Amino acid sequence: MEQATDFTPITALLGGGLIGLASVLLLATNGRIAGVSGIIGALFSPGEPDRLWRIAFVIGLIAAPWIWVLAPGGAPTVQVATSLPLLIAAGLLVGVGTQIGSGCTSGHGVCGLGRLSGRSLVAVLTFMAMAAATVFLMRHVL
Amino acid sequence: MMRLFSALAAGLLFGLGLVVSGMTNPAKVLNFLDIAGSWDPSLALVMGGAIAVTLPGFALVQRSERPLFETRFTLPKITRIDRPLIIGSALFGIGWGLVGLCPGPAIAASGLMITPVLIFTGAMLAGMAGYRLITKD
Repeated sequence: MEQATDFTPITALLGGGLIGLASVLLLATNGRIAGVSGIIGALFSPGEPDRLWRIAFVIGLIAAPWIWVLAPGGAPTVQVATSLPLLIAAGLLVGVGTQIGSGCTSGHGVCGLGRLSGRSLVAVLTFMAMAAATVFLMRHVL
Repeated sequence: MMRLFSALAAGLLFGLGLVVSGMTNPAKVLNFLDIAGSWDPSLALVMGGAIAVTLPGFALVQRSERPLFETRFTLPKITRIDRPLIIGSALFGIGWGLVGLCPGPAIAASGLMITPVLIFTGAMLAGMAGYRLITKD
């Protein structure tokens, strides 16, 4: 499945700025890192005492595209694979991997690099390299 | 109550950023990762735009003794680069490269009720829950 997409520098920077702003807001108000895999993962931890703010963040995240749908933008474009085994395998890998590695694109990427964390830099380089290698294999080798 | 409202606002803003930047579209993410093919550099600018805000923003916020609605900052304590960090990140990278969805966009796009996205997100949540329940972390 290969669909061409346009390079969109302005909206990329603008959207990125909003993501950064959201992360600064969560740290300033709740003292928490806006790492999506950590916020959600801890919801499943038997001993987690602090679930409510996590649920509130997730509700905001899920509701966001609807603001876009109801406002000027119309429905956001989503072009995604449809193979059931592929979706399940990828979902499991992302779910388990982010818990073992303590973070994803938001926690290690946006927040970790923003805190100049060496650990996050290693994580980002690792998942970027593995993701690029996976795409290369899927699109150009197999 | 205020801390729930601020978390909701942060989630909304975060999700809007993902939608505005096009990161809720897996094709755009895969085309960023496909350096040898139809390369779309947008994701680099999304990351760059976000870090351009968090880098000065976090530094500024951490000058205060405590956050606005909580008694203290909760920040990661581990600094050592260990095996789980590398193995976990590698597994995550493979999954990310297979479909083009990572946790933030997967949750945000799930709001649109698109079946393949819901299947991916269901498997992702099962993976997260399974790991947390098994390790009791």
